Amino acid sequence: MLQRPKQLAAFTLVLLAILAPLATTGVAKSVATIYRTIAQTQPKMVKIYGAGGFRGMEAYQSGMLISPDGHILTVWSHVLDTDYITATLNDGRNFDAKLVGADPYLDVALLKIDAENLPCFDIKMTVDAEIGERIITFSNLFGVATGNEPLSVQHGIVSVKTTLDARRGKFKTPYCGPIYVLDTVTNNPGAPGGALTNRSGQLIGMLGKELRNSQNHTWLNYAMPIADIRKSVEKICSGQLLTEHDKTLIKSKGQNLTMSDLGITMVPDVLQRTPPYVDHVQSSSAAEKLDIRPDDLIVMIDDQLIPSCKSLNTRIGSIDREETVRITILRDGKLLDFNLRTPSEADR
Amino acid sequence: MKTAPLIAITMLLTGTPLIASDSEVTSSVNQAVLDAEAKRIEVIKGAKEAVVAIFGSDGEGGGSGVVISSDGYALTNFHVVAPCGYAMKCGMADGNLYNAVIVGADPTGDVALIKLFGRENFPHAQIGDSDTLQVGDWTFAMGNPFLLATDFQPTATYGIISGVHRYQYPAGTILEYTDCIQTDASINPGNSGGPLFNEAGELIAINGRCSFEKRGRVSVGVGYAISINQVINFLGHLRSGRIVDHATLGANVSSDEEGRVVVSSILENSDAYRRGLRYDDEIIRFGGRLIQTPNALKNVLGIYPKGWRVPLSFIQSGRRHDVLVRLEALHGQNQLTNQLAKRAKILPIPKPSKDKTPPGQTKLIKKETLKAPAAVVRSHYQPKYGYANYYFNKLNLDRVYNRWKSSCVLASLSGSWQISGSLKGGGDFRLTLTSDTCELELPDRTYDWQLPPELGYSLSPPGSGGLLLTLHLWRQLAALGINDFGDVKYLGTAPLYSHDLLADVLIGYRDGIKCHFYFDPEDSDLLAIEMFPEENCDPCEILFFDYSGEANKNFPRRIEVRYGDVSYATFMPNSFKFENESNETLDDNKRSF
Repeated sequence: MLQRPKQLAAFTLVLLAILAPLATTGVAKSVATIYRTIAQTQPKMVKIYGAGGFRGMEAYQSGMLISPDGHILTVWSHVLDTDYITATLNDGRNFDAKLVGADPYLDVALLKIDAENLPCFDIKMTVDAEIGERIITFSNLFGVATGNEPLSVQHGIVSVKTTLDARRGKFKTPYCGPIYVLDTVTNNPGAPGGALTNRSGQLIGMLGKELRNSQNHTWLNYAMPIADIRKSVEKICSGQLLTEHDKTLIKSKGQNLTMSDLGITMVPDVLQRTPPYVDHVQSSSAAEKLDIRPDDLIVMIDDQLIPSCKSLNTRIGSIDREETVRITILRDGKLLDFNLRTPSEADR
Repeated sequence: MKTAPLIAITMLLTGTPLIASDSEVTSSVNQAVLDAEAKRIEVIKGAKEAVVAIFGSDGEGGGSGVVISSDGYALTNFHVVAPCGYAMKCGMADGNLYNAVIVGADPTGDVALIKLFGRENFPHAQIGDSDTLQVGDWTFAMGNPFLLATDFQPTATYGIISGVHRYQYPAGTILEYTDCIQTDASINPGNSGGPLFNEAGELIAINGRCSFEKRGRVSVGVGYAISINQVINFLGHLRSGRIVDHATLGANVSSDEEGRVVVSSILENSDAYRRGLRYDDEIIRFGGRLIQTPNALKNVLGIYPKGWRVPLSFIQSGRRHDVLVRLEALHGQNQLTNQLAKRAKILPIPKPSKDKTPPGQTKLIKKETLKAPAAVVRSHYQPKYGYANYYFNKLNLDRVYNRWKSSCVLASLSGSWQISGSLKGGGDFRLTLTSDTCELELPDRTYDWQLPPELGYSLSPPGSGGLLLTLHLWRQLAALGINDFGDVKYLGTAPLYSHDLLADVLIGYRDGIKCHFYFDPEDSDLLAIEMFPEENCDPCEILFFDYSGEANKNFPRRIEVRYGDVSYATFMPNSFKFENESNETLDDNKRSF
């Protein structure tokens, strides 16, 4: 130090010049940041409209753009249970949205609209949040924003990072994974699918579906970390967890397999999109031996999402007779896997 | 070169905490944070002085309010005072309970004005500008949620602005929250009517309403407040003691396939139609704001009282039109009056249940103090159909008229008036007005008019919309005064674009003909007269400019006459002769008085 006094002095002066203003304007900088964060984030947010329309099962939720071509990340919910999903962008433009795929384990869904050059989040560039960190949420709670009106912004902190186990009750979810619990009220209708960011605008998580603790009846304000959601998105983009529209179906060589071959009778297919519930299980069938029960909801066959009875029959019909079928079932908020051997010609 | 001293210097400069030793854990807080906290405490301390806890005379109900002027006028929600009748009790942070009376009410916008008594100089809020609010701004609400303020110290809740220009549909009542401010500061039952402040402690909104769903009536982080700029628009009308109505354009709009906002239906007798608006025209600007959705138009409409003129821009057959539209009434008069009388319609704030009340205290106000409304309240209340409190109408009517009378000699002149001068565009004019005649000499011809048994519909000269009639009524207001002119009331305040100000307006009926008289809010000069010979037609407008002369003898040196969208004539008087009943001549030219 004593050897280079001039360099040291110069260095210190430069340091003073840079750092001294920072000390006093830390608050001012933080204030300017929030407006920039809001301005940069709102264009990436989406209002989603679909099925529902009853109190407790609203027909709208929130979503965020994660690709410039119009991939929208949101929660997998009853709202998406229709062929007519609409996405309204921050500038008010409406698009028909298609469900590309969904991960029922994480309640994550990916939609696609036909657009280009859209502002979006880069989900590879997300950050974690610390306990006590100040956060901002963007969501269309109560559907307040319509058309080109921006989503609602709330502020708060991360109260705790913990793991959520599968819940039962009115708002079932099989979600079993890490979450951020927040001190701001996010469990409002329309908020699921909203974005959780820090004050600098970095994406931290996605607001989850409305959940209630069945023991103390409190509603949970929470978000799912993007790092975990990213894995689901990658699965969907790589061809897994898709709906049948996007998967090329292989025609079977022999006679088509049906659900009754497996010993399962489904509910009557009377709606445009009848959810694939099991109505009856034949005694002494393979399905009964595996303890598949009435009222089970078939969610996936192998890695393919099954949103309706029609698509179930199509998928089953394309299975080779000699295969083992992995059926994923939703029962009481839990996801269960069964490996069902398809009956051979001889068995029938 | 040793880096340790450098690191130490850096840390000192940035104020970061030095590393503590193992034996103690200390946290030092950034000075900027401490300063921000101290500032916040100071701002809240100042703001709380103006906050009011409002109760009905019997101690029932409860809400909040905020005092806005030192003479005790305070703002609150209509639904807070509706169940109270005309008298309330108000607790303030100084620990005292004050009597208050209703002044005016706006049921649709859910705003009410009350007046407190009992103090010379009430602490009051500074009014802010809600148009400058941004999403993300800090904001705090003060009031009496859950009726917790047993010592009248208001509760403060802090949050951010979550949204601006939000529209809330009427939810079964006539309350329509347009253009409101959305906040995540906790707003709970009892906060209604109370203030929302910005970071500097300026009043930027009145808390009104929340979204409630599965948890019952407690805050879920979504509160809506009425912007203060909207309230200020209505303030003059509220001071007039009326039950104020909101506005409609006289036309409906919808979004077409290309997302343009177009007229889907229009009333032919509306002012918008007379200004040229037609079916399928595209609306682009209204009230100075860009209109891109039907909700945006509803938002702008919601902040104006009926009768105000508001700028509108629209496109018709490829051409842009910019007009001023008079807004029509949203409701029939009976609809609104019934709202005030009906207590059941608006739910009062629920009383705290016995479990939550501290032992030994069942009510916040002891029964002994609650008898009939206090004398001061009763002496400031006058019921009248269509008014929340007619007393204040009389008060403002007298204020405006008496100041006009004392500052302008025109205001008391009876006898004959003779005004002459030149016309813009060339030539001279002479106007002679008596109690039943009006004669206007123009370069090309002379128009005259005589009072028949009734005023009738003479709209002479042609194209003026009734100039002679209007001049006659001008004279009559001056000569007869407000008591004998006919039915004269204080209307409120309204923008006068020709003079670029918000004017005090009197509304007078004489023999079935309606006139608006616009007065300067500072010195009560008469600035304009609008004469409506019948409903649903354009008025004849006379605008007075350039008052000059010796004090107490002001005369307008420029008088412009407009009808429809056209200027009919501009008069530049230079001589005023008045003969009063005792045949004294008052002649401005000769300066003999």
